[in-house]
Amino acid sequence: MPAKKKFDAIVIGGGHNGLVNGAYLAKAGLSTLILERRHLVGGAAITEELHPGFSFTTFSYALSLLRPEIIHELELTKHGFMPLLMPSTFAPTEDGDYILLGQDKNENHHEISRHSPHDADAYDAYGHMMEQVVHAIRPLMDSIPPDITSKDPEERARMAAIGSYLADLPPGVLHDLIRLMTGSAADILEDYFESDLMQGLLASSGIIGTKVGPRSQGSGLVLLYHSFGEHDGAYGAWAFHKGGNGGFTQVLARAAESFGAEIRLESPVDHVITKNGRATGVVLEDGAELEAKIVVSAVDPRRTFMQLVDPRELPTDLVENIRRFKFQGTSAKVNFALDANPNYPGLEGRSDQYRGFINMGPSLDYLERAFDDAKYGWYSQKPYIDGCIQSNVDPDMAPPGKAVMSCFIQYAPYHLKESDWDTERDRFGDVVQKTLEGFFPGFGDLVLHREVVTPLDIERVVGLTEGNIFAGEFLAPQMFFFRPAPGWNQYRTPIEGYYQCGSGTHPGGCVMGAPGRFASQQILGDLEKKK
Amino acid sequence: MIRETPFHPRTSEANKTGLWSHWSGYLATDRYQMSDKFEYFAIRNSAAVIDTSPLYKYRIIGSDAERFLAGVLARDIRKCRPGQAHYTVWCDDDGWVVEDGVVLRHSDDEFLLTAAEPNMAFLQDLAGQMAVQIEDVSNDFGALALQGPYAREILKQLAPEMEEIGYFHLTPAKVGNAAVTISRTGYTGDLGYEIWVERDDAVGVWDTLFEVAAPYGVIPAGQTALLIARIEAGLVLIDVDFYSARYAWNDDQRTTPHELGLGWMLRDLASDDRAFIGRRAIERELADATSRWKTVGIMVDYEDWNRVFNERGVIPPKDHTPEHGGMMIYDEKLERIGYTPSFVYSPMAQRHVGIARVRPEHAALGTELSLEVTIDHRYDVVKANVSRLPFFNPPRKTA
Repeated sequence: MPAKKKFDAIVIGGGHNGLVNGAYLAKAGLSTLILERRHLVGGAAITEELHPGFSFTTFSYALSLLRPEIIHELELTKHGFMPLLMPSTFAPTEDGDYILLGQDKNENHHEISRHSPHDADAYDAYGHMMEQVVHAIRPLMDSIPPDITSKDPEERARMAAIGSYLADLPPGVLHDLIRLMTGSAADILEDYFESDLMQGLLASSGIIGTKVGPRSQGSGLVLLYHSFGEHDGAYGAWAFHKGGNGGFTQVLARAAESFGAEIRLESPVDHVITKNGRATGVVLEDGAELEAKIVVSAVDPRRTFMQLVDPRELPTDLVENIRRFKFQGTSAKVNFALDANPNYPGLEGRSDQYRGFINMGPSLDYLERAFDDAKYGWYSQKPYIDGCIQSNVDPDMAPPGKAVMSCFIQYAPYHLKESDWDTERDRFGDVVQKTLEGFFPGFGDLVLHREVVTPLDIERVVGLTEGNIFAGEFLAPQMFFFRPAPGWNQYRTPIEGYYQCGSGTHPGGCVMGAPGRFASQQILGDLEKKK
Repeated sequence: MIRETPFHPRTSEANKTGLWSHWSGYLATDRYQMSDKFEYFAIRNSAAVIDTSPLYKYRIIGSDAERFLAGVLARDIRKCRPGQAHYTVWCDDDGWVVEDGVVLRHSDDEFLLTAAEPNMAFLQDLAGQMAVQIEDVSNDFGALALQGPYAREILKQLAPEMEEIGYFHLTPAKVGNAAVTISRTGYTGDLGYEIWVERDDAVGVWDTLFEVAAPYGVIPAGQTALLIARIEAGLVLIDVDFYSARYAWNDDQRTTPHELGLGWMLRDLASDDRAFIGRRAIERELADATSRWKTVGIMVDYEDWNRVFNERGVIPPKDHTPEHGGMMIYDEKLERIGYTPSFVYSPMAQRHVGIARVRPEHAALGTELSLEVTIDHRYDVVKANVSRLPFFNPPRKTA
């Protein structure tokens, strides 16, 4: 049977948002094609066997922000959705001290008290503050923002409604929200905590994926964003999907297919066909033409507006805004196949500390110094590392008794001063390994295989511009009304029938799925209006 | 005095929480570590070891053993061949359920019946002149359940015959030097086995098992984890989902096998010539359609759940801790039509689910119901639907 060439909708990019979007469109009855450039779907949320028996979450490695509505609306549990609890958080130091947090509030209290009785109490207060802010801001995150540039009375009314909503919040919650949205992670954390280790542990969520240090204004927003998620109703909790985040995107693919979407692998798109200001299909890199009245880009804003279509067809101000849109990827991964779990001095023979994140960033100073290197165009000589030995939670990830360790590394700026990432790859890997050795003496002896993933690799392999893991920085001028550009934050583009649904749109990155879902609502709404 | 199971030297070492409950007169671990949910996930994603020794165990032996049990148990034990096991109930004369349990048939003449409550007098009084001996071996044996997707792969390294053993079958085997019986049974609704071992060999079996199992992430799991899994598996629990007819105060506290969702045990009643306890009452119940209840699954509408809690300004709870109580169920006119004795947020279904008892006219799949919840000491109702039991039923369970 010759491959079908005409569809109601074509989604460009089989990352998690493309899959979510395609699944919703197919569920609504549209004949939907999802085109993926690589040999597997998932984009940056993939799992690969890069060493025999060891499954690597090459890029993205944990789940939290996924909107619960998607789980239900796309019936993901029928297709193997299984977020596994990560019951611990381990914050080691280089001198053998640590904080090990678990699922029991009182035990955590005792553990933090070892470092500071003050912080043990503050931890509860801080947690409650964050929950209140998250609960308050959720309705805004979980809806399509108004168009701030629009004169349409309906949009104006929605703007006014946001104003009233915020005005109705308890004043303390509103103030905390503004502090988080505008301030630094350090400012907030120093208000609550006195111990270096607690400050470092919590501040790390304020820097992940973003070119800010914990003392930079704006890191509060990153901290807040990373708290939006949940695991089974526990706000801010992270989970590890069975089979890694690639296991999760396989679930999404099965769900999309169950609704009738077709997924074509190894089908890179060259450009979107436009006629008289509207999209009519796509041309693949091999020259094949596919027709559709709806074309959705799940790739980042730079590719959506500057590569897939001719920027000359777009308004100049949009082109200018996209040109200025900051990517500046600053993170890398170094993943390891290990002969066994690492040993931690003082916890010899134990592995329960490795059932969740392992936060190697023992103080604000440590994190800020790591950022210092990045400010001047170099990778951290002692980087922040978010480790995760997923085989302790999911035995499918490594052979029995062995371990697979994902290490998220920061800072690793995309643009290196006077060198490039292909040259620095191994030296960078060595820096990371040496840093790990500092926390886990003997770490190097356990390494069976090492996979260095530089920001350049992220760009080359996944297609994320400058290796930015969020498809665009989490900076206030690039969020909400402005993601990816004022006037174009509602998933439409100036080209009729051409939509955007990637993490470069509201609410943003992480394996959240909200952009894909909102874009489908917009597309289906527009189709309804045309009837 | 409270007793210790044969595995106590190991369970007490592994129990880091100090939380124990009393189960049929024995100490049973509630949770070994601070996260019972982590233990639950071991059941669903690797395998967990559960000490199920406290169950009462009766050895029933003799040339009339089959005939005896055929007259006592509601399900036809004659169809349970040596090397097989049956999940069954037994009833009183009025067709009310007395109890449920698993029977292992070791040979033509030897059975092992497990029960949650003491049944020695009940069984002995029914033996009459039959050539059958009933022996309480509860304290002589330990039972260790290995439940979860990796259970077979682990166990076959200890006893290669495990590869072949079918669902609800059993086999003699050796674990290390210990002679054991391994049955493919359990209370989790997952792939799983139970190892039946003599008291003196129990600790050795635990150690041998963990030597092989630990690298797979296998951990011991306590009662809470087990109880989450059993609700997902749609398995009923005495004193929660039903009460023993022997000790009930009124018929509201009693249930029939059909009302309890166990009518399938009596599917072949027409061609079954046994006179068993309760048979006539059960036949009357079916002929006159007098069953008062149906046991069904209910699934809570996730949006409505969020709505009612959000309206009160609290984070909608999604707690995996089972609630054994009786949340009321209403129809659209807010008439009370049932209740849910077992309720939990199911990690596998990603929503709240319950084993519920509803009036038969409201039991059709998909029927919309309202479930009563209490938020800050005020009643509210959330939408729910009648759904299939079990909530989680992986092919590996029986494959």
